Amino acid sequence: MSSSPKPKLLWLQSITCNGNTHSFLNHPDLFSILSHFEMIHHPVLEGSATMQDVLAGAVDCDVLILEGSFKEEGFLKAGVEVSSLIHTYANKAKYIITAGTCATFGGIFKQNDPENISGLCFDIEEKTSRYVRYAPKLISLPGCPMHPKWMSYVLLMLSHGKKIEIDNLHRPVELYGYTVHTGCTRNEYFEWKIDTENYGFKEGCLFYEQGCQGPYTRGSCNKILWNDTSSKTRVGTPCFGCTEPAFPRISLHKTKTNMGIPAKMPMGVPRRAYLTLTGVVKSFKIKRFSERLMEYDK
Amino acid sequence: MKIAEKKALKRESIIQTALQLFSKNGFHKTTIPDIASKLQMSVGNLYNYFSSKDILAQEIIKYTSEALGEKIREVNMTEATAEEKIYQIVSIYFTMAEEKPEMIEYFLRVYLSNREVFSDGCEGMVCVSGFITEIMIFFDDSVSSGELRNQDFFSAFGLFMGYLGGMVFLKGENVLPKGIEHYIDDISRNIYHALKA
Repeated sequence: MSSSPKPKLLWLQSITCNGNTHSFLNHPDLFSILSHFEMIHHPVLEGSATMQDVLAGAVDCDVLILEGSFKEEGFLKAGVEVSSLIHTYANKAKYIITAGTCATFGGIFKQNDPENISGLCFDIEEKTSRYVRYAPKLISLPGCPMHPKWMSYVLLMLSHGKKIEIDNLHRPVELYGYTVHTGCTRNEYFEWKIDTENYGFKEGCLFYEQGCQGPYTRGSCNKILWNDTSSKTRVGTPCFGCTEPAFPRISLHKTKTNMGIPAKMPMGVPRRAYLTLTGVVKSFKIKRFSERLMEYDK
Repeated sequence: MKIAEKKALKRESIIQTALQLFSKNGFHKTTIPDIASKLQMSVGNLYNYFSSKDILAQEIIKYTSEALGEKIREVNMTEATAEEKIYQIVSIYFTMAEEKPEMIEYFLRVYLSNREVFSDGCEGMVCVSGFITEIMIFFDDSVSSGELRNQDFFSAFGLFMGYLGGMVFLKGENVLPKGIEHYIDDISRNIYHALKA
């Protein structure tokens, strides 16, 4: 890190809804985590630098957090081309964290101008021209929004000088090595291929009809719970695949099937293996899984 | 030859012999001593391979399903159109009915006719998954490519396999005026037109 006792943290926003800013504010230990850093600038928290100094590119920066989709030309704030500001601090920083799917892959805002809007270093899954320059210091935290504890994991690892293992899209494997399916409370229903009958039910799996993308979406939403309490799938809403490069897909509440067969297989599972298993388990009717949880054993 | 390989060969020869006898004489009229006698082995030794007649019957349906599935898998691996694949699958099924009638006969006259034998161990699709999986893959590929109409699996499966099974059943009853290979063209076309997008 820098010669300064605390690394300097700069949070910049590009084309964004503020979702990741707000998500991080929900962290129960927010100020304890930030106490390891000197906050230079943050969209809603107090920083040590003036806005004029930040816009002038005059402040130092060790860790740059970028939130929002990237556009090389034509997106200005306070009369300044935001991309030039990002380049200035990305060059200075020792680490760049792209917070959220927009900053990482392009995300929802890419839909407005697919040709010109992307993530900083990835355009969906393709590397952008900026990738080579920033790759050695890049950490991706996709999610719409990213989980506050994914950010705190990265910040605390960096502040303690620990190496973060990353995958080919620069996502920390400790956080994204899992699928959202991991830890889902509906896993028994997935195993036995029993669909939920509707939204909001505790029973049934959302993968077969309701569009759940958990089995092929990277993320630890069912391992590191949201608000330390729950997740989409736990409350009966399908995973929308918000951490994935191609997010957002269409028809988020409906599983695309070909003659009843899910068009997309669980991550890494060969279709033949999946279908063999499906044919076998569907041959059995398990009483416990066909009844309401609260009624069984009464 | 290693002992394990010898045992595997012996096991397969028992399956093939039992398959022929069950298909020809029926499940209940065929006894374990009949099968052992045809193989010139002792009844006791045969039980070393299969602990009961029911277990043997279940292994046979898995064996025939895998054999048929293996051939359809080869079709699935090609770049052929859905229409061509339907033709090839129909050809495989009818050729098997012609050249190895016991394979199909077993399915129709033993497996489907003696459900109590298969109720514990071969529930639903458990013992025929080798074949069903390949049909699923064929449908999935053909809908993905836009060649077949998307619909419920069983409405398409029933149309396809019910048709083929029915024709082989008629062949077995000797009521078809022509050899079954004469029907490949028309039946393939009928199936394709019924399922196409």
